[in-house]
Amino acid sequence: MTTHDAPVHDRPTLDGSALAGLLSEVYAFDATLAVVRCASCGHTDVFARATVYLTAMGAVVRCATCTAVLLVVVERPDGPRVSASGAAWVQAPGG
Amino acid sequence: MAVVTRGFGGRRPEPEHEIPPGQFVTDDFPVLSAGPTPNVDESRWELTVRTETGEGTSWSWEQLMALPAEDVETDIHCVTHWSKLGTTWRGVSLDTLLADVETSAEFVMARSYGGYTTNLPLQDLLDGQAWVAFEFEGEPLDPVHGGPARLLVPHLYFWKSAKWLRGLDLMDDEDLGFWEQNGYHAYGDPWLEQRYA
Ligand SMILES: [Zn+2]
Repeated sequence: MTTHDAPVHDRPTLDGSALAGLLSEVYAFDATLAVVRCASCGHTDVFARATVYLTAMGAVVRCATCTAVLLVVVERPDGPRVSASGAAWVQAPGG
Repeated sequence: MAVVTRGFGGRRPEPEHEIPPGQFVTDDFPVLSAGPTPNVDESRWELTVRTETGEGTSWSWEQLMALPAEDVETDIHCVTHWSKLGTTWRGVSLDTLLADVETSAEFVMARSYGGYTTNLPLQDLLDGQAWVAFEFEGEPLDPVHGGPARLLVPHLYFWKSAKWLRGLDLMDDEDLGFWEQNGYHAYGDPWLEQRYA
């Protein structure tokens, strides 16, 4: 688990593939290939094309179209917590 | 805030500076942004305090600047383990802004341009504990650090000091802000290491 022992300069505006490592702890599939529908604007695309703000407090995934928050991943001491309240749904890659 | 008065005897040795448990001191000012930096021009900036009955009071930038401002020297503590000592700010005390606001609410949701939110007990914003800050180290507050104006509540972890402040909603019941909804502590006292809920 990352505990951020050093000051981290946040690296905003990475593409969704930056999330792959983090989400592989949570989902059994390659999350960057999963399709997510934005609950705010309905934009539907793979996670790899979302905008990710990797901050020392957590990763914030935003819709590339309307910038609404799709997903937040916080690495708590008891494990990563994923909130997907901004996603209408997440479709795992098939087949 | 710590006010140091030096006598005629010259400099005393610096007192041991206490920092909260699990923190280390940095001279850096790391930026933590969970979204794009909002570009808020002072000409369209507005701060609105809304009470639990829905009554709103707003200040334009000019109106904020016309209020008495205070210089604040304080340490700040980020939940990601860095502390920065002796930072200097200038801003308007929340005691001034809330002086004429009629409320019996106990909680506040701070709202930012860009959609960020964070929750605090109202009493933590009063009695000289919180400011709407618009200068840092003698310069106008940089947008990456929350300019034109941010909340400054230095006795709590720094995510409570909402950048790009646009409103304070007073509430009877506690509600959770952005990081609080996502697993961080509802209160966030650095001396008690209240990092996670
Ligand atoms: Zn959207």
